[in-house]
Amino acid sequence: MQPDKQNANLRIAALVSVGKHPGSGRARRAEQDARAVEMGLAMAPQGLEVLHAGDPHAEALRAYAGMGLKKIRILQQGENADAVPALSQYLGESKPDIVLTGVRAESGESSGMMAYLLGEKLGMPVVTRIAEIVSIDNGQANLLQALPRGQRRALRVPLPFVASVDMAAAAPRQSAFGPASRAEMEAKKADVEVRDEVQASWSEAPARKRPKRLKVVKAKTAADRFKAATAKSSGDGGKVLRDKPASEMAQAVFDLLLEEGVIR
Amino acid sequence: MILDWLLPVLISVALLLAVAGMLKRISLWRAGQPEKVSFFSGLMAMPRRYLVDLHHVVERDKYMSKTHVATAGGFVLSMVLILAVHLFGVENRWLSYALLSALVLMFVGALFVFKRRLNPPSRLSKGPWMRLPKSLLMFAVSFFIATLPAAGILPENFGGWLLAAVLAAGIVWGMGELLFGMGWGGPMKHAFAGSLHLAFHRRPERFGGGRSTGLKPVDLTAAKLGVEKPTDFKWNQLLGFDACVQCGKCEAMCPAFAAGQPLNPKKLIQDMVVGLAGGSDAKFAGSPYPGIEVGKAEGGPNKTITEGLVSPDTLWSCTTCRACVEECPMMIEHVDAIVDMRRFLTLEKGNTPNKGAEVLDNLIATDNPNGFNPGSRMNWAADQNLRVMKDVKEADVLFWVSDGAFDMRSQRILRSFVKVLKAANVDFAVLGDEERDSGDVARRLGDDATFQSLAKRNIAAMSQYKFKRIVTTDPHAFHCLKNEYADLYPEGQKPDYEVLHHTTFINELVKAGALSLEEFKGGTVTYHDPCYLGRYNGEYDSPRELLNELGIEIAEMERSGFRSRCCGGGGGAPITDIPGERRIADMRMAEIKETGAELVAVGCQQCTAMLEGVVEPRAEVKDIAELVADALIEGDAPVSKKNGKQAKPNADKRVAEEIL
Repeated sequence: MQPDKQNANLRIAALVSVGKHPGSGRARRAEQDARAVEMGLAMAPQGLEVLHAGDPHAEALRAYAGMGLKKIRILQQGENADAVPALSQYLGESKPDIVLTGVRAESGESSGMMAYLLGEKLGMPVVTRIAEIVSIDNGQANLLQALPRGQRRALRVPLPFVASVDMAAAAPRQSAFGPASRAEMEAKKADVEVRDEVQASWSEAPARKRPKRLKVVKAKTAADRFKAATAKSSGDGGKVLRDKPASEMAQAVFDLLLEEGVIR
Repeated sequence: MILDWLLPVLISVALLLAVAGMLKRISLWRAGQPEKVSFFSGLMAMPRRYLVDLHHVVERDKYMSKTHVATAGGFVLSMVLILAVHLFGVENRWLSYALLSALVLMFVGALFVFKRRLNPPSRLSKGPWMRLPKSLLMFAVSFFIATLPAAGILPENFGGWLLAAVLAAGIVWGMGELLFGMGWGGPMKHAFAGSLHLAFHRRPERFGGGRSTGLKPVDLTAAKLGVEKPTDFKWNQLLGFDACVQCGKCEAMCPAFAAGQPLNPKKLIQDMVVGLAGGSDAKFAGSPYPGIEVGKAEGGPNKTITEGLVSPDTLWSCTTCRACVEECPMMIEHVDAIVDMRRFLTLEKGNTPNKGAEVLDNLIATDNPNGFNPGSRMNWAADQNLRVMKDVKEADVLFWVSDGAFDMRSQRILRSFVKVLKAANVDFAVLGDEERDSGDVARRLGDDATFQSLAKRNIAAMSQYKFKRIVTTDPHAFHCLKNEYADLYPEGQKPDYEVLHHTTFINELVKAGALSLEEFKGGTVTYHDPCYLGRYNGEYDSPRELLNELGIEIAEMERSGFRSRCCGGGGGAPITDIPGERRIADMRMAEIKETGAELVAVGCQQCTAMLEGVVEPRAEVKDIAELVADALIEGDAPVSKKNGKQAKPNADKRVAEEIL
């Protein structure tokens, strides 16, 4: 994805959070958020603003800066504050063309609701789990949405929109220590700070491993196992129409749509 | 006679031009970064460094050392006498005779240089270097004849103006090469730059039989980290590059070059010279980087090195095995330069190739290169009943486990070593989960920030406990702990422990009689010297003594000891994985095969992994700790009879104490 002239005026906001390494529990750059930054850098290196709501002194934020950012904008707020009001207030004013987030945070609530809540507040369409922004033309973006098992769905979405970035997106570039330590952390007190009352009433504990049903592999040969692992899960009740007259197949589709109540 | 007035003029002009060239060259070096050197003591020490330390290296090639002594000695002597006889006109027959003999000496030396250049090995650079022996001969012969009248052997005006003209031409040629060329970048530049390089060497500890192999720490607060442009090198590093004689001994030893990876240490140094002086590599007349054409590279003092002068792949091909540095008769520090440039790529550009970035991320997040849970560092020893420093606070020996803890093959080495320690009743403990990666890989990959962070946390962990020695089975950790951690201790503190490799330590135990070993009953055995144990730390003897104790007669490989070839596993090379035509480990295994060995003893888990990665049939690979553990006569350890099996390793530690 080479940034072309078309994107010169494109403005992207990538929202980043403090991640958590699954093994060590140490703060780090979150994998999906880093992909969002990578996507932003590849699409519009000039018009990218990387945004964080929370503690401006979090060291993990510097790992994003090490990807080659001059600065990170931080809406400073307390530990228990809800990120959504502050972010939506700021984004409502700055009006970026695209808002990129991760699918879900690696720490904290990790509800995966950020993209939806922002979309609702800002009145923008939400696209989930995108893998790539292919191109932007005439105020519309051509996106690839990531589906399970490596499948992609091509979408065309009008700007502005909110998108969550899937792990299938291009891996983030390496974070370099030099630029990371020199980047500007532009902290500003968030205009609104709303205490997250719901979260405050919760108590956090490490997840307990729950018993898992053993997957009994019935396949006898390696080829069967491979098929079982990779084959597309087929939905029930499907019917494959093939090698029949077109009118017959069209009638079948029409009947189904009628039956499902899609058309009346 | 014409020469009477012409000679002094020629000599003066040549000298003046040479000095002008030297001043110009000095200004090129001074464009580098400041570095403190002891100016006068360096200069005072220079003759000794040249005549003793450098000579020791050159002496490995007897033909060349004798040739060089005659040629260079003859030249220096004759130059001094030429100044006396021909420039200052001292009329003394004996002085003239002395000059004649010096010139004969130089002539004889030059003849041998000439002879070697008749059919030069591929490692030697051609081009102007092929001209040098002729220039040397011309200088010696011309001055010889020109001096005969002064010695009274020939009458004045012998030969008339014709001979005078011929001699003048020869002298201009000779002095053009030897004096003018010295200042203006000819082959003789090596004499001028080389002597100053010896005087202002960045690692003066290397002279007088010492050793200095630890990398220098990066100032992480600097405006730019690592070396981007030639002027980002320290000035004396630039000077060092200029000292190169293009003998290609480095090239002949470089494992990456032999494997067809795009690295040739000699070319790299010459490219640095191109960089510091500006221009292109079109005039380079030696072997290219494998797979990269000569003549396309361009650079300048203020141009980014990796954009046009040296490909990053060249820098990442290096295994940091130090074979080039060990071999270099000019004591140039190739590895320092390579790591300096890697530092820029990693710390400023974020461009560590292949798995580099992932490994560094893992080291930052989990303190080990593979991203394992740091809390599982002791899982390998679940059945070993090891004492952990956190509990005991004090032990004679701290066993540095290293990241081998996470690797199942390396765990066999660790277990074997623990078995040996217990059999000898050594009072030892481990840091357990408080231990972190030593930082070796991070540092070699150029990430000095992560290295320093790991090192400082390791130092903090170690500082809580009391121990006299650290013993480790990993030569890379050994090197970091021994040679590189001292720079990172908090101000006013320094390490108060000794660091030993396990082969050294076991060898001590055996010598003290703390272990009883049975005879090794296998076939032929050879020994592979790990770079970080041998060349980095000079430990060649203990592993060999230990193998001898086991009754093994080592079938040495041709490349062994200080000339051992790298397994290909150092310097993060398996992580950056630059493609070549062959694998270094395969080449090493072929050398092992040449000895007819059925088993290769190693002292490094990285070497074990690399050599075991070679497809079978091949020699079996075993760490010396494993060989010793296999040979232990159990229950019959000299002192531990009454304890039965060593349930409490420090219950009886007399023997261990004796040697500690």
